[in-house]
Amino acid sequence: MSFPWAKHYKPSHPLMQWLDEKLPLPRFVYNAVGAGYPVPRNLNYMWNFGVLAGVCLMLQIVTGVVLAMHYAANSGVAFDSVEHIMRDVNWGWMLRYAHANGASAFFVVVYIHIFRGFFYSSYKPPREMIWLLGVTIFLLMMATAFMGYVLPWGQMSFWGAKVITGLFSAIPVVGTPLQQWLLGGFAPDNAALNRFFSLHFLLPFVILGVVILHIWALHIPGSSNPTGVEVKTESDTVPFHPYYTAKDGFGLGVFAILYCTMLFFLPNALGHPDNYIQANPLSTPAHIVPEWYFWPFYAILRAFTADFLFIPAKLMGVLAMFSAILVWFFLPWLDTSPVRSGHYRPLFRKFFYLLVIDVLVLGFCGGSPAETKYVLISQIAATYYFLHFLVILPIVASIEKPAPLPFSITQAVLGKDDQTAPAA
Amino acid sequence: MADEAIVNASGTDSPAVHDGAGADEGVRRRDFINIAAVSFAGVGGLAVLVPLVSQMAPSADVLAESSTEIDISQIAPGQAIKAVFRKQPVFVRNLTPVEISEADKVPLSSLRDPQTLEERTKPGKTNWLITMGVCTHLGCVPLGAGEGEVKGEFGGYFCPCHGSVYDTAARIRKGPAPKNLEVPVYEFTSDTVVKIG
Repeated sequence: MSFPWAKHYKPSHPLMQWLDEKLPLPRFVYNAVGAGYPVPRNLNYMWNFGVLAGVCLMLQIVTGVVLAMHYAANSGVAFDSVEHIMRDVNWGWMLRYAHANGASAFFVVVYIHIFRGFFYSSYKPPREMIWLLGVTIFLLMMATAFMGYVLPWGQMSFWGAKVITGLFSAIPVVGTPLQQWLLGGFAPDNAALNRFFSLHFLLPFVILGVVILHIWALHIPGSSNPTGVEVKTESDTVPFHPYYTAKDGFGLGVFAILYCTMLFFLPNALGHPDNYIQANPLSTPAHIVPEWYFWPFYAILRAFTADFLFIPAKLMGVLAMFSAILVWFFLPWLDTSPVRSGHYRPLFRKFFYLLVIDVLVLGFCGGSPAETKYVLISQIAATYYFLHFLVILPIVASIEKPAPLPFSITQAVLGKDDQTAPAA
Repeated sequence: MADEAIVNASGTDSPAVHDGAGADEGVRRRDFINIAAVSFAGVGGLAVLVPLVSQMAPSADVLAESSTEIDISQIAPGQAIKAVFRKQPVFVRNLTPVEISEADKVPLSSLRDPQTLEERTKPGKTNWLITMGVCTHLGCVPLGAGEGEVKGEFGGYFCPCHGSVYDTAARIRKGPAPKNLEVPVYEFTSDTVVKIG
């Protein structure tokens, strides 16, 4: 597909030949994740997380469809139907824990996948479209996860829905009508629960569609690699199957061990006890926090406590929170350095690790109560977050002297490249 | 218009009817039909969006619950109750004279959302402070209306979610909330009954 030396699909069995003529689906798979897709030979374990994210999506779809067979999206019975799943449905407890912890696992995997992209500048030409589609997937994931968390109709579900839809009320003029339109009422109630269920069922399939576009866009230039040097000759690549199916399989095994540890031994570690209390519109829990994967963005939301110019603090927080993700869309054009990999960018690398620390600090603050010290730390960390993308990256790209790049992937791996090394 | 165009277009078979503009001038009668057809389909398609968008808005039964009557005869000065209006809490508070004077002595210029207690209550009923129990920041229920709840440093309400503090007139004094607690539309139907909505 992507390189002229890619292997061609040759079905030997008559049935497969017949199928290949009528509907070349096996050929498509062969070229996408089989021996027909040549991949750089030097991929490290950071390149496992795309496949793992795909596995998580399938896990969520399968467990989710099954849970939907037992769940009732009505505010009168939703909470009880979740307890019915936990107590009465055969294996219901496992399926629900698998789905709830599967969401966390999905976000862990996707965050590593995104930060892999940051470090190796996977967003740079010719892979901008893959990056843009990836950010879109992340936004869809956030919407899906938020609506899914509302469905058990516990206290955190209800107040999460109220606070997050309350964000829209910050928009001038149309804010409050928009919020009422989204909820189908003045506060989250049956109408909101029903539509969230409908959309929570729909969006994973939308995500699946965008994932297919994401992979399609990936197969045009081919996978990036840890050196950031483009593939030059056949010796730079190996076929996806069996080399990376095996490597991804090993990664999947490690992932499964960690995931099952959470699922069977710590199933509620990432949840909130308050969500085992049925939703009560008249009593707010003392400490509302979103799920851990939203904490960095929640910290940015809360970092704005004073009006900024003519913009009220509340609107400013909402704008900043959405901008924190939207800024990723502009990344391919903010980081103008021609060198991709962080391995060859000494200055960029330092700022990359600072960003990782900064996001972890934001995450910690987002999960903490709204006390002055945490808000102050959030303000500093949020400022740095935006400085990193909007100021530091362009400056670093223009002043940095990158380390010398290897001539080719083969040279990076073997120390020499007989075929393509220039006469030295 | 459209009918006329169709009649003309179907008449082009007859040699007596000349095909108006002719192909060489770039505009044909068929172009009119194309534009008319696509326009009608487009308008029709957009019209379909109206019910699709509108079904999301609050339904009739939700709107029907938008008025509520509250008996306030049992609320002693200094006490408050939580009632429900549109599935959201309403705080009905019987202010003490001290709380009223505290609210009155705050200079308006120091307020984020300047309003006097008198503007937020009914004439002659300044002690009855009736507000939504919905923080104007992101919609949590502030503390302070229930027995023994924290009232915050200004003696009114305190929202635990993001730390907004309201005074004895339920005006925003500190924290991220942009507005005072909303005063719903209400009237005293008698001395002891309030109708909200």
